[in-house]
Amino acid sequence: MTSNLIDLATIFTQLSLLAFGGGNSILPEMHREVVDIHHWMTAEEFSALFALAQAAPGPNLMVVPLVGWHVAGWAGVFVSSAAKFGPSSLVTGIALHVWTRFKDRPWRRIVQSGLVPMTAGLVTASAAVIAEASAPSLVLAAVAGACAVVLTKTSVHPLFVLGAGALIGLSGLGQM
Amino acid sequence: MDTLSLPRQSQRLSPTVTDLFWGFFTLGLTGFGGVLPLARRMVVEKRHWLSGEEFSELLGLCQFLPGGNIINMSVAIGLRFQGVAGALAALFGLIAAPTAVVIAMGIFYDQFHDNPYVTHMFAGLAAAAAGLLISMAIKIVMPLRKRPVAIAVAVLCFIAIAVLKLPLLPTMLVLSPVSILATWRLEA
Repeated sequence: MTSNLIDLATIFTQLSLLAFGGGNSILPEMHREVVDIHHWMTAEEFSALFALAQAAPGPNLMVVPLVGWHVAGWAGVFVSSAAKFGPSSLVTGIALHVWTRFKDRPWRRIVQSGLVPMTAGLVTASAAVIAEASAPSLVLAAVAGACAVVLTKTSVHPLFVLGAGALIGLSGLGQM
Repeated sequence: MDTLSLPRQSQRLSPTVTDLFWGFFTLGLTGFGGVLPLARRMVVEKRHWLSGEEFSELLGLCQFLPGGNIINMSVAIGLRFQGVAGALAALFGLIAAPTAVVIAMGIFYDQFHDNPYVTHMFAGLAAAAAGLLISMAIKIVMPLRKRPVAIAVAVLCFIAIAVLKLPLLPTMLVLSPVSILATWRLEA
């Protein structure tokens, strides 16, 4: 139990500080740690938890407290949330003090736009890792593809798309 | 923006710690599928805590730093008005309700995941959520499509993480400087 909590703290502290370009860029690393290294859950369970978190209100990555819950109950929720949201918040607080000094420096813009290709690669990797586990059948792959097209081409609210996906799933179409 | 025509400062209200908590609490509870546009509406237009310019500038900082943009935003706004207490109030306010909701959903899932209907429903939900991520990836990649160097870095990063399953820290330590140097030197 305690060793699980220490692992959660270590993993999410690292993820917190590496989450450049927002939360979705660290999903593959979270997946690697939680599924491949610690075997706390299967890839399918991880995708289900990610999906639950997407259906909930609030910031991205509410999958973090869910992973904590799954591993160690309420203690896991607190440890994983504190480790995920604490360190990056601390960095924000410190940066706020020096921000006025560096916000107009050319290097700031160079670094920020220079990291965009990394974010693009990481979010694409996230999509691949989650899609691989979430689309085991042809029908579910079609659902994922159709949702991607609708959300890219139209301004339909994501919640409606998630609801539609859940309904198609409920019909059991193409699932065993 | 209408904020430019407003007299600066006079329209601005300084939130208390309680204001910060409840403001971000409401945001967390109502923000489905992206909190940021709602955050702007609350902070700039409804509550007049910041001007549009100030909001954009803080957002610039938050996007530059690690962590979720809206998470960093809540901390920055809380800190600005009420110091550490304000930052904690805003951050807790933002994540309190969503955490309770996801845990409730997680408990439901744990209880009923042997039920075939629930399994099927969550399979569909997971597929749709994967679609959501794919669409996010498309939206980030599309603006880069005429920048071969940027695409090359993105592909390298994708292969390292998704195909080779390399750890994130060394991947970032190697590729981030390459990414910054390449986009700066070869595309500027």
